[in-house]
This record gives sequence, C-alpha cells and structure tokens, in this order.
Amino acid sequence: MKSKLFWPLMILVLILLINLFFDRSFFAIEVKNGYLTGSLVDILNRGAPLLLVAIGMTLVIATKGVDLGVGSVMAMAGAAGAMAVSGASEGGLVPLFTAIAFVIGISLLSGVWNGVLVSRIGVQPIVATLILMVAGRGIAQLITDGQIMTVYYEPYTFIGGGHLAMLPFSFFIVAAVLAIAAFMTRKTAVGLFIESVGTNPEASRLSGINSKNILLMVYIFSGLCAGIGGLILSSNVASADGNNAGLWYELDAILAVVIGGTSLNGGRFSLRGTVIGALIIQSLTTTIYSIGIAPEINLVVKAIVVLIVCLLQSAEFRKKVFGIFTIKRPEKKKEGVSLS
Amino acid sequence: MKKHEEPPGRQQDTALPGGSSNKKMLGGNALQNQAPILVMDGITKEFPGVKALTDVHLKLYPGEVHALMGENGAGKSTLIKVLTGVYTFDKGSVMLEGRPVRAATPLEAQNLGISTVYQEVNLCTNLSVVENIFIGREIMKRGRLDWKEMTRQAKELLKTRLNLDIDVTKLLSSYSVAIQQMIAIARSLQVSAKVLILDEPTSSLDQNEVNQLFNVIRKLKQDGLAIVFVSHFLDQIYEITDRLTVLRNGKWIGEYMTADIERLELVSKMIGKDLNELAHTEKKSGKSFENNNLLLQGEKVCKKGKIAPFDLNIHEGEIVGLAGLLGSGRTELARLLFGADKADSGEIKINGKKTSLASPRQAISRGIAFCSENRKTEGIIADLTIRENIILAMQGTQGWFKHIPKKRQIEIADEYIKLLNINPPNPEQLIKNLSGGNQQKVLLARWLVTNPKLLILDEPTRGIDIGAKAEIQKLMLSLSEKGMSILFISSEIEEVLRTCHKIAVLRDHEKVSEIENARHITQKDIMEAMAGGHTEQKNNKEAIAGGVAR
Repeated sequence: MKSKLFWPLMILVLILLINLFFDRSFFAIEVKNGYLTGSLVDILNRGAPLLLVAIGMTLVIATKGVDLGVGSVMAMAGAAGAMAVSGASEGGLVPLFTAIAFVIGISLLSGVWNGVLVSRIGVQPIVATLILMVAGRGIAQLITDGQIMTVYYEPYTFIGGGHLAMLPFSFFIVAAVLAIAAFMTRKTAVGLFIESVGTNPEASRLSGINSKNILLMVYIFSGLCAGIGGLILSSNVASADGNNAGLWYELDAILAVVIGGTSLNGGRFSLRGTVIGALIIQSLTTTIYSIGIAPEINLVVKAIVVLIVCLLQSAEFRKKVFGIFTIKRPEKKKEGVSLS
Repeated sequence: MKKHEEPPGRQQDTALPGGSSNKKMLGGNALQNQAPILVMDGITKEFPGVKALTDVHLKLYPGEVHALMGENGAGKSTLIKVLTGVYTFDKGSVMLEGRPVRAATPLEAQNLGISTVYQEVNLCTNLSVVENIFIGREIMKRGRLDWKEMTRQAKELLKTRLNLDIDVTKLLSSYSVAIQQMIAIARSLQVSAKVLILDEPTSSLDQNEVNQLFNVIRKLKQDGLAIVFVSHFLDQIYEITDRLTVLRNGKWIGEYMTADIERLELVSKMIGKDLNELAHTEKKSGKSFENNNLLLQGEKVCKKGKIAPFDLNIHEGEIVGLAGLLGSGRTELARLLFGADKADSGEIKINGKKTSLASPRQAISRGIAFCSENRKTEGIIADLTIRENIILAMQGTQGWFKHIPKKRQIEIADEYIKLLNINPPNPEQLIKNLSGGNQQKVLLARWLVTNPKLLILDEPTRGIDIGAKAEIQKLMLSLSEKGMSILFISSEIEEVLRTCHKIAVLRDHEKVSEIENARHITQKDIMEAMAGGHTEQKNNKEAIAGGVAR
C-alpha cells in the first residue's frame, strides 16, 4: 500500500524542482556570517508561522471542527507582544518575558473562548470561531491604535529573526511545538480520543470519553499555536500591524491540513502530512515571488496549483485520469438505503 | 428450534393459517357496500440489495380509519412514502377512485388528494397559525396578500372541520403540540384531501391531547375521509381504527377488522410467531437469584415521553431480559440505567448505595457497560482499527495521560479476538471493513475489557448470522456464571426465554410486568404481557386456540 503522504511529498518535490529550473542555485546552502542561508532555509524560516498554525489546526479539524480565528489571534498576539515592549529600547530581558507572557495569555484566552463556545455552549465551530475572526482583528487594531506599531527593542526581534546553532531560531520553536503535539497525540491517549470524537462523537460519549474537554483542549492548543505564530511574525518585522498581520492565515492553514491528508470530516489526522502541506504552501508562495510572476496574477497561479494538488489527492480523479492506461474493472455500485 | 434462529428477514409466514385469517377480513361490513377510494395492489419496491416491499396490498374506504401495523422496519414508512410520491414503486398499481395514479412527487400526491401529517410537526413555529395554513398557496388580492380573507378562511376551516376555535393570528409556538398537530392536519385538508395519512401522530401527546386528536379524527371520518393511522400504541389502535393491515419484513401479512382480531393474535402476526408453536418451546430451567447480592435497584425511575416510572432489581450474576415490541421503551429504559439520558425522577441504587448516573462516564465508573443497538451511529468508531475500538472504553476510564502502551493494547486486542473469534484476526484492520457480526463482537470486547458488573446488551444479536448469535448467547451465560449481571434486550422472545433468568415486559413505554423465568413460562405468556388487554384475553383464549388449530 502506498503511503498517504506519497502524493503530497511528490508535489513538494515537484515545486522545489520547478524552482531549480529557474534558479540553478536554489538548493545551495551557504554559510554566511556564521548562519546557514539559502532558499530552503528561507522557506523554513518564512514558513514557521504557517507551520505552527497548521499544526494547531490539524487537531481542530480532526475533531470535525475548524478554527477560523487563528489569523486574528496572530494579529492580537503580535500586537500584545509589541505593546509589551513598545516602551523598552534597551536593557534586560524583562520586557521580553512580559511580551511572551502577554502573547501566551491572549492566545490562551482566545483558545478558551473558542473552546467554550464549541464544547460547552454547542455553537457550530465555523460560527463560533468566525466571531473571534472578526472581533479579534478589531481588538488587535485597538491595541495598536490602528497604526503600525514599531518595536525598537533588540531581544524581541530575536524570536523571529535570530539564529541559534546556525539555524533560524523560529525553526526550533516549530520543532518544539511539533514535538509536543506529536508526543501528546501519540504517547498519550489524547490522539486516540481526538480521532474517536472526530469520527463518531455519540459513540465516543457512550464509551465514556469526555469529548467536551477534548474539544476545549484542541481549541486552546490551536489558539496557543496561532499566538506563537503571531509573535514570530511580529518579531520578524519588528512591528505589529493589527490590520494585516496574519491575514488569510486561517485559510492557508486549513489548506495545508487538507493537502496533508487530514479530512475535513474529522477522524484520522496526520501531523507529518500537515507539515508537508504547510511546506507546499510556503514554497509555492516563495516560488511565485522568486520566479517573478506578475503580482496581479499570483493569486490566480496559487489557486491553480492548489486545485491541481487537490485533484491529485483525490483517488477518484487519479483513477479517472490515470485509469485510461489501466485495464478497467467493473465496480460495485454503492448506495445507502434506509428502511422502515 | 432451528426455525426460530433464522433472522427475521428470512422467516416465511407459512405457519400462519391463511384460511382462518382470511375469514376475518371484511366479514359483511357496511364498508363493503361502498367502492374503495384507494387500492394499492401488488406493490413491490426494491432498493439496491434490499427488497423493502414485496407484493403489498392496501385498500382504503371513505369514512374509515385504517391502521398500518408492523414493527420498525416492516415497511410501513416505505409504503407511505410510495403512496405520497416520495418513492416510486417497481411493480404493482395504485388506483385512486378507480383511476390508476402514479404520484412522482409529494406535491403531485397532494394535488391528487393524498395528504400526510408526519410524526414531527413540520410547520414553522415562529409564524402565525394563518401563515402556517396558507404558506405556499397564499390568497392574493390586487397583487398583495389578502390577510383578512386568509384569516377568515383559516378560522372557518379550523372551526367547521376540526371543531377548533382558536385565535389564528397568534404564533404557532403559543399552542400545544396537540393543537399544532391539528393545525398541520388542517393545512393538509386545505387542498381537497381524500386520503389523510397520520404517521405516529400521538407519539408526543399526552392522554388528554390524544383524546382531543381522536375527536378530530372521528369528525373527519364522518366527513368521508379515508384515514391511515400509524401508531405503536396498541390501545390507540383498538380505540380509533376500524380496520388494519399488517406488514412484516416488507411483506403483506393480512387485512383485518380491528374489532375481530385479538391483541395477542395481532402481535403474533406483527412479529411472525405462530401461537401454536409458541406454547411448545423448550427452555432453560429457572434459577432464583433472590439470595444473591442486589447489584442494581431502580425505584420509580422515569423520563417524560420516553418511559413511565419503573422499578427494576438486578442481582449479581442475573440475566434480566427486556421484552416488548420495538418502540415499547426498552432502549429508553436501558439508556437511563447507563446515564446516556438523564432520568427526570426516581433513584438508582448500586450495591445498596444511592448513586447518580448523569453521564455514561459516571455509569462506566460504577461498573456499568452499554452495548447500543445502533451499531453504526452509537457503537463503532468507523475510522479506527479493531485494536483502538477495543481499548477505547478502557482508555476512557484511565483518562488522557495513563496511556495504555501499544504493546499492551495489542495483547488485549489479540486476547479478545481469540476469545470472541473475531474475523479477520488482525488488530490493525479498520473496523468499518468488518461484517456486522464481527463489529458486534468488537463492541462486546470493548465492554468486556472494562470488566463491568452490569452489562447492558441492546439487541446484540440483531442482523448477525446464526453462528455469531449462538456464540454471543453462550458468552452471556458463561459471563453470568462468573458473576456478571446482564440486562438483555432482544426482539426474539425465544432468545430471551432461553438465556434470561427474569423477564421484564414493556408495553407502550411502560414496564407492565415482571416474570420469573420458570420452566412453565412460554413465549405465549410473554406475548400476552406484551400485547396487554388481559381481561379480554382470558375470555377469548379458547377461541384463539381453536382458530390456530384449524
């Protein structure tokens, strides 16, 4: 049996190869100023916020939910972080820790808000998180006063722009979050419960699983991931923009999860698939800029590539297209019928 | 014995003496002088892989109330849907007032004069009564809605046809469900209806409301309407209907005058057991559990609209059967004991200690397990493997962080795959790829792993093959010998008699009797309790026996 990750991986490789065609030095990695540099490192670095958001989104989608609020949470977290260090210019690490505390606080709060609406009050996820998607951006703008808030405090920019052991620091953040998520879902029972609640909530309840707490937990985790992503984003550009930071990230993240093979119907999820999916989206964005596609058509190009990816993912489509070359076998009809 | 073990789908009605039942049909009734308004003849409807209706007949006369009888899945709903144009039929004919008709959509059927009022009132509660009656066919005057005229007509309609004098401009939600039901009927009468189908109209009404509705039905009957009445409540069938048609497994069993058919006979026709045969089934000898430790004690436990207050004692190691027709409240009772639904009142004691069972989690922690009858929707987690499905409830009791190591999971899964003979014996197979019987065994395993004190099994043997069925029955007995108590729900009385030590009988959402299963208890005794109406029964017992012997 071919792995579910086969097609996403092929697509990622394909996109990277296309780059090589336009730029021979695309895969080259050099050491500059003591850091590794190159297009691949760049993709990893720029893709860090999306990777984080997508990891959180994976667990939400596995419970048959969706979190539309992540983009706004990123904006709020960035704004809160920037505000915490806005006065500081020099001196100790205290403002940095304040900023991190602010970010964690506001993202936890957002996660709890979404999670309570969905799990305790029973609002449909798409509606519940839409509230924060709209309100969150408003709050972010209130924090930044509608302006772009610039940060002059050096340690703050380290999170999204600094380096550790020759690699971008954000890389380590992603690795840590991914490791925690993988541990939680594969080494504790949380993963089983998420898949079970996502596949059949009533059967899970009757099996004695506290599905409400599972739901609450995934939304909190998603909020947290988005918050950290927002912090990286804001730190990277040393500013906070309530209007545009994290704009459309929720859609990119959903896309990354789906490309990675996790169904919007909930149930089985794949963190590895999501990582590949997020990398596909990020390298696609990078590619569109680097091979010089006119900015006015780059959204269309992106859409076309995403369409192709989705079609390739569909077994039905592959059968129709590649089936021309194979011997046809009659298929049984399947139809659901209810009696009584 | 063999014959009874066949799944209901394959049971033929050969044992029922056709002669004796035919005599009871329309014997010299006044109705016969009239021409039938609707004749459905030889209706066959097939869905891919399933024959939902096979050669079914239905004859309706103007001015009669006709009951459509049968258990869930007997084909009542399918027949109604064929009649109302929701489904098309494959074979047969439908004649309305002597002319062949074939309604392709519900709207067409309505225009022909066949109206339906469904179980759940499908009106808009946030609109007024007038709006509900006229929605879709509003009266216009000079391009605008003529509310005055509509209000007048709605008021008149309700008054003259239904004897209902209410303020029609008020919101529908301000009236009781019974009134809403009548408004739904009024709406369907708006188009000149000839046939009115009432699908379970009384299921959410209390006794007063039922009487109110019955008065309306009697009035409509006088107006010459043919009314099809579908209900699970036998008492109501005998109160309001003139004739009835019995279906079973999509097959036509017979057409009878309601007054001429005994309750017991009716029930036996619905579930397909011949009375004569019932008396002779051999059974397990009874064993008293009165001296055993009392595990669960329910007192006046009830949930409104689901099950009337009931008492139930389950001793350690005892197998208690719940008998009753489908829809008699068996599952509802079991769900209360498992905390799947919350009881309105009453108390449950476990080992003599009063406990609250507010959620399945709590019930599981008190040692109760519940294997639902709805395998697909309430049982299996389709996307997960056999192993994951088996350890799910156990992991549920251990919480998030006390993860059962994968190695141990595989051991557990292998153990139960062997014990229950689950096929394929591969713990990593997805459960959705298994046959129904094997899925059922996996679910059994899920609960056995938790080592419960009380195991509730709701129709565990339905729709699975004979081999698996026998294995599950055997397992129940051996579990009971090891001291596990079992609450066993089954539609097959014979199975209940064979395995249970005590049988609680339910009828019309009420526990009506409790029978210690001794040697002399027969299926007939259980069925009498299921059918109710004891007094008439005794007087006519001989008559029934005579009829069957013929």
